[in-house]
Order: sequence, then structure tokens, then C-alpha cells
Amino acid sequence: MANDGPAPLERFLNGILPENPVYRQLLGMCPTLAVTGNMKAAMTMSAAVMFVMICANLITSSIRHLLKPHLRILVFVLTIATFVTIADRVLAAYLYQMSKELGPYIPLIIVNCIIICRCEVCASRQGLGAAAFDAVGQSIGFALALASIATVREILGAGTWFGITLLSESWWPVWGIMVLPPGAFITLGFLLGGVNWLSMPRGKKSAGCGVR
Amino acid sequence: MTDKTDKPTAPAGPVTHVAPSPHVGDRSMTTRRMMTDVLIALALPTIAAAIVFRQHLLWQLLGCVGAAAVTEALFAAARRKPWSITDGSAVVTGVILALSLPWSCPWYVTGIAAVVAVVLGKMIFGGLGQNIFNPAMVGRAFVMIGFVGAMGAKAYVTSDPAIDVLTQATPMTVWGSEEFPRLGALFWGNTNGSLGETSAIACLIGGLFLCIRRTAAWQIPAGVLLSASVIASVVDLSSGETMDVLKHLFGGALLFGAFFIATDPVTSPLTPKGKFIFGLGIGSLVMLLRLLSNYPEGVMFAVLLMNGLVPLINRWTIPTPVGGPVPVRKT
Repeated sequence: MANDGPAPLERFLNGILPENPVYRQLLGMCPTLAVTGNMKAAMTMSAAVMFVMICANLITSSIRHLLKPHLRILVFVLTIATFVTIADRVLAAYLYQMSKELGPYIPLIIVNCIIICRCEVCASRQGLGAAAFDAVGQSIGFALALASIATVREILGAGTWFGITLLSESWWPVWGIMVLPPGAFITLGFLLGGVNWLSMPRGKKSAGCGVR
Repeated sequence: MTDKTDKPTAPAGPVTHVAPSPHVGDRSMTTRRMMTDVLIALALPTIAAAIVFRQHLLWQLLGCVGAAAVTEALFAAARRKPWSITDGSAVVTGVILALSLPWSCPWYVTGIAAVVAVVLGKMIFGGLGQNIFNPAMVGRAFVMIGFVGAMGAKAYVTSDPAIDVLTQATPMTVWGSEEFPRLGALFWGNTNGSLGETSAIACLIGGLFLCIRRTAAWQIPAGVLLSASVIASVVDLSSGETMDVLKHLFGGALLFGAFFIATDPVTSPLTPKGKFIFGLGIGSLVMLLRLLSNYPEGVMFAVLLMNGLVPLINRWTIPTPVGGPVPVRKT
């Protein structure tokens, strides 16, 4: 049971695009929609998720022989909650403004299904190396997805990127709706459609059928 | 405009045709005929707007219709489908959208509204007949939330007195104050406001034409006007002021919305009873938003909210077949 399935490096690459948690698995939609109003918040969120996912995967993988099937989800959630609390307190101590802005979404990482999913399908069955590569790949994929949405929303909605003014307000009318919740849904919908379209086989693409 | 009226013609020759009822079809009731009717009916509010707002109307109209038609062409090309401009729905969406915008709307806001109306309002659902929400109102809601400065109450007023009414505030923003225009001005349309909504008489005549032609179901405007006037009368009686009912009916976009926006057959319920409930809901929501919300006018949000309830209304009002209800089979 130890090292079956894809090789660690392949797991790492899978997480970034072929099995991207947001665009391919449609997991973790709550932070994807809620904190992508600007790049700073999205990247802080990604970093917190990355920290929690790597730690949770490593712990789960090292205690995988002790897990009882009927208690495994409980153990996963307790493990994740431990690291989320650490991340939450660290943010509150060193990035107070960002912690305020993200509000309840940092504690909500506990119920982020990407992390539980990785614990369940990978870390609880694989060795430490595979689990670590898997966690890094998935969290980079999550970060890229958040960055893509936040880029569109921040540039259109505020004319800035990471707080740097790209489009001056003197000639660029900001699209207020893009930093509001409807903008998140619209952007995610268009990007998801775009990713689906790009990853369609060539023959189907020319048939003009957008339904997968 | 609706899928039930747009049946393909039967192929020639002895072909057994199996279809669910109703079996009596009306070939004259095509999408194109309905859209032409709507355009004819919209001519009156458009002319009224041209008299009041002059060149501003022309720019908004050209911008909206042009952007809507081009967007539909591009989207159809991307999906390798034929350009559906001939059914006229993009033009109707463009005209209704243009008539619902403020005269001062900058060109990019007009363009974005038209593109959003066609793409997000109609095309991504699969085109005409599949959309859940009224396309023109989706476009307007997008820019209303996105560009508050270009769409808010201040966008309607200018200090430049080239056109007299543009120096006044819109009737709905000065509700109850001294500046509120007289009923006559509201009736003939000599007030400020969104382009197509100012003239009550033009909306009434155009709307009645649509109802007589049965392009629009009369139940919807009847429901809107009934619930709006009942609520306005109750408010009227409790506050002691007079003639508030007519001010509510003639002011703002109520008539334009009731006759031209809410009656879109794609996004309204199927049964007559359902249409009446739909109208009642819109009228009540408009009055709720006008009286209690921060927005001066609520037709757009009322229509969009009731559009979302249409599937539910359809389920409530499934008609009983001739000969009594279908017996429930015991299992």
C-alpha cells in the first residue's frame, strides 16, 4: 500500500494544472469567491492554506498506520484545526490589518475541503515524500487559481495590482461590481469556462460545443 | 421570443408528427413578428424621449443597439452558430436598455451594459428562449452596481441649461418635496429621468398596442398596476396626502417596466394565472423599493427578483386539464 499511484513528482505537477483544486476539482469555492477581491488578500490566503496543507498532510501521513477508519475524518479535522489556529494567531500577531480584512475566512480553512480531500485521498495512504509533494503541488495550484481570479478582479475593480496602480483613475473608470461578490461569481464563471475550453480536445473545440 | 411560439415548420410529405399538446399552432405568432411588434410599440416612448432629450437619446440608442448586435455576432461566431440578428431580439434588448439608461451615460458604460446584457443576460444561457433573467435588466443592473457615479441620481442632472428638464432632479429622487413635477408633466413626459420612462402617455399607448396584438400578456401590466395602485392608495390614505397614487403610477419607470420590460415572454410565467401573480409581485416589490429602500426607483430590481421566481410560479400554476385533475395513482 505504501507507494502505489503516481510518483511524487507527478503528484506535484498534477496539483498545479491537470488536477487544479479550483479549476478541475471545484473544491474550496468559499475562499476562492470570498477573498479574491485583491491580490494581497488572495496571496495571504494561499500562503495560509499552503502552510496548513503541508503540515496536515505530513502529520496525517506519519500517523496513517494508527488511523481507525471510522474516526479518520475526526482526526483529519483536529489536525487541520491545530495548524489553522497557529496560522490564524500568527497572522493576527504579525499582519494585523490583513487578519482583520480576511476576517472569518482564515478560521474557515478548517473546513476547506481541498485539505480534507488531500488528507483523505493521498496523505492517509501514502508515505511522507508523496504526501509532501502532493500538498505543495495542490497548494501551488490553489494559489495560482486565486491569483488568476484576484488579478482580473483587482485590475478591473480597482485599477491596481498588489496595490500598485496600473490603470490611473483619471482615465480608467473602476468597475465597482468586480470587487463585490457578483464580480467573484462572474469572474470565476468566465475563467472556468475559459479553462474548460482550453483543455478541450482539438476535435471537439472545432465542433463549437462548449458542453463537457 | 419564446420557444413555444417558435415551432419549426413541419417537413413536406406524409410524416407522422408526434408532439405534446397544444396541437393548434399559430404560424403568424413568430419570434420575428413579436419583436417587430415590440419595436413598433417602443417607437412612441422613443419619440417622446427624442423630443425631451434630443441628441442624447440618439447616442444612447445607437450605442446600445450597435453594441448588442455586434456582441451577438461575435458570440455566434465564437460558437459557430448562425448570427441570430434576424429574430430581432438583440435590437429589442438594445432599445429597451437604451431607454432605461440616464441620458448622460458615458459611452463605455453604455457599451458594457449592452455587452453584459447580451452575453451574461442571454447568450451564456444558450441564447434566446433559454435565459432566466431579462437581458436588458441584467445589463443595466451590472452597470448600476459597477458604475454608481454614472448611473446614480446625480448623473441625471446638469447645470447646463441647453435642455430645460435636465436641470431638474428626477421625480423619484425629489419625492414628496416642492420640486416634484406636476402630474401633467409626468403624464406628457416633460420631466427628467431615464430616457424612455418620462412620458406616461407614450408608454400607455405603446403598451396597449402590445396587449391588443397579444404580443404582451395583459395580465402582467394589469397585475403590476393593480398591486402598485393598491399599495399606493393604502400609503395615500394613511399619510393623508392626495393624488399620490397617480404620481406613483406615472412617475418613474413603472409604466415602462410594466408594459415593456416585465412582459418579456421568455422570462415571465407560462400560464395566465402565473402571469398575473408575476405582475402582482413586481408591482409590490417596486412599491417596497420605492418607499423603503435607498434607491429612488425599483423597477429593475423588482423585475429581476420576480424573474428568479418564475420557475416557482410556473410550478404553482400548472393548469388543470379539461375533465378534472389527473388522479393521483395509489402506490
